Amino acid sequence: MPDTPTVPTLADRPATAPAAAPAKIAIRGLVKSFGPKRVLRGLDLDVPEGRSLVVIGGSGSGKSVLIKSVLGIVPPDAGSIRVDGQELVGASRADLDRARRKFGMLFQGAALFDSLPVWENVAFGLLARRLVDRREARERAIATLARVGLGPEAADLYPAELSGGMQKRVGLARAIAAEPEILFFDEPTTGLDPIMADVINELIRDLVSELGATALSITHDMASVRKIAHRVAMLYEGKIIWEGPVERLDDSGNPYVDQFVHGRAHGPIKVGVERNG
Amino acid sequence: MSLLAAIGRATLALLSTVGAVVLFALRAVASGLTGRLYWRQLGRQILEMGYFSLPVVGLTAVFTGMVLALQSYTGFARFEAQNAIPTIVVLSMTRELGPVLAGLMVAGRVGASIAAELGTMRVTEQIDALTTLATDPLRYLVFPRLLAGTLMLPALVLVADVIGVMGGWLVSVYKLGFGPIEYINRSFEHLETQDVVSGLVKAAVFGFLLTLMGCYHGYRSRGGAQGVGAATTRAVVSASILILIANYVVTELFFAR
Repeated sequence: MPDTPTVPTLADRPATAPAAAPAKIAIRGLVKSFGPKRVLRGLDLDVPEGRSLVVIGGSGSGKSVLIKSVLGIVPPDAGSIRVDGQELVGASRADLDRARRKFGMLFQGAALFDSLPVWENVAFGLLARRLVDRREARERAIATLARVGLGPEAADLYPAELSGGMQKRVGLARAIAAEPEILFFDEPTTGLDPIMADVINELIRDLVSELGATALSITHDMASVRKIAHRVAMLYEGKIIWEGPVERLDDSGNPYVDQFVHGRAHGPIKVGVERNG
Repeated sequence: MSLLAAIGRATLALLSTVGAVVLFALRAVASGLTGRLYWRQLGRQILEMGYFSLPVVGLTAVFTGMVLALQSYTGFARFEAQNAIPTIVVLSMTRELGPVLAGLMVAGRVGASIAAELGTMRVTEQIDALTTLATDPLRYLVFPRLLAGTLMLPALVLVADVIGVMGGWLVSVYKLGFGPIEYINRSFEHLETQDVVSGLVKAAVFGFLLTLMGCYHGYRSRGGAQGVGAATTRAVVSASILILIANYVVTELFFAR
């Protein structure tokens, strides 16, 4: 997929947060194994408030496990995850649920609830927390759908009736419906054609800056990285081996990052046959 | 030694599975009882399990009642004991065949569909999505299904009892020469409340077990379409076996004196 240098990237915009913003998410020494397979091996990562950080890494490098650990879906074996200073590892259910109210998540396959129409999907978080009644929820859902470029006629469709790109948009609408402080994106462009991928990337970029949200994404799509990232971190063998602003991606001085960014089969990263992590 | 090791491994695997199932059930019931009840989900499941299972259960019941009458006639005629047919039919239906056959049929119909639905939701990350939307999947998905199964199976069995007796009546009246009124009177002659109640208690237990198996295996399925298929199979097989075992246990509790 070719780069699109004419389109401004997030890095070209004036940053809403100061350069040394406090860490919204601070991860220290995160360890997670599945049986004998050590996926995360003492991972450290900070996501500054109001910035968009993208974690890159090969398939099976543990990117998904990282994001699911922060969301509290996969309990880590050891380490610390703090959101706004609050420790999430080992937190009670109630504390985790409270922290999750700050979160919005776009899943790789959109993960829409296929038994519910689009509007109920979008308003699910609002209805679950009883912030609104059903009539108001529907109005909020339609307003949110408009933000991702979908008309009110989409509201009563079911997820199975939507194309992949539309499902991603609805998933995005569901993620932002409760105006979260932190957004997570899991491979947001996977399975989309290059044009639709670019549309989704632009939507993500615009919504993140409109909401002033902190974003943590994982992807291996370099076009997506260049479009949606302020900062980039590279995950390799369970650790962050490089982290820096997106402008430094091409002269990182790190042979692993170079190999990944340029998509070379040969280099320090040895590609084995691994199960997807 | 390797034989002992194999026996040990199988025993440990069995015990850990039983433990996991019991924990899953306790968590689901606890989360359902402590928080809000999702009425919309419950209503949908009641409709799905109760109303839409009626044709399958009714058809099973009517033919079971018919065959019971016919079989008992051919057997009992040898002893000139044809008059016992109405009692045989009504007691067999209410105490045994109503709950067991309805349980097995619903395990195939509903247990499988629950496992497939929750399994698909698991592998497409919909269950994870629920968690991120501050909704407990056990409370939202599992508890309403367990409750609907526990409530609806007794209702289905009550219907099956009536239809089964009607099946016996049809064969007895139109084929075996019983008087229609006489047959009904004889049906109620030896029927006691406990016969029906024990069948309904069985049904509630079976309803809980079969929805639990569907939920447990669906919820824990892994690995795409194949994983969901395997979960569905396990749900139906384990539900059927548990129903047959629980049938003996409940019968023992009720009637062993």
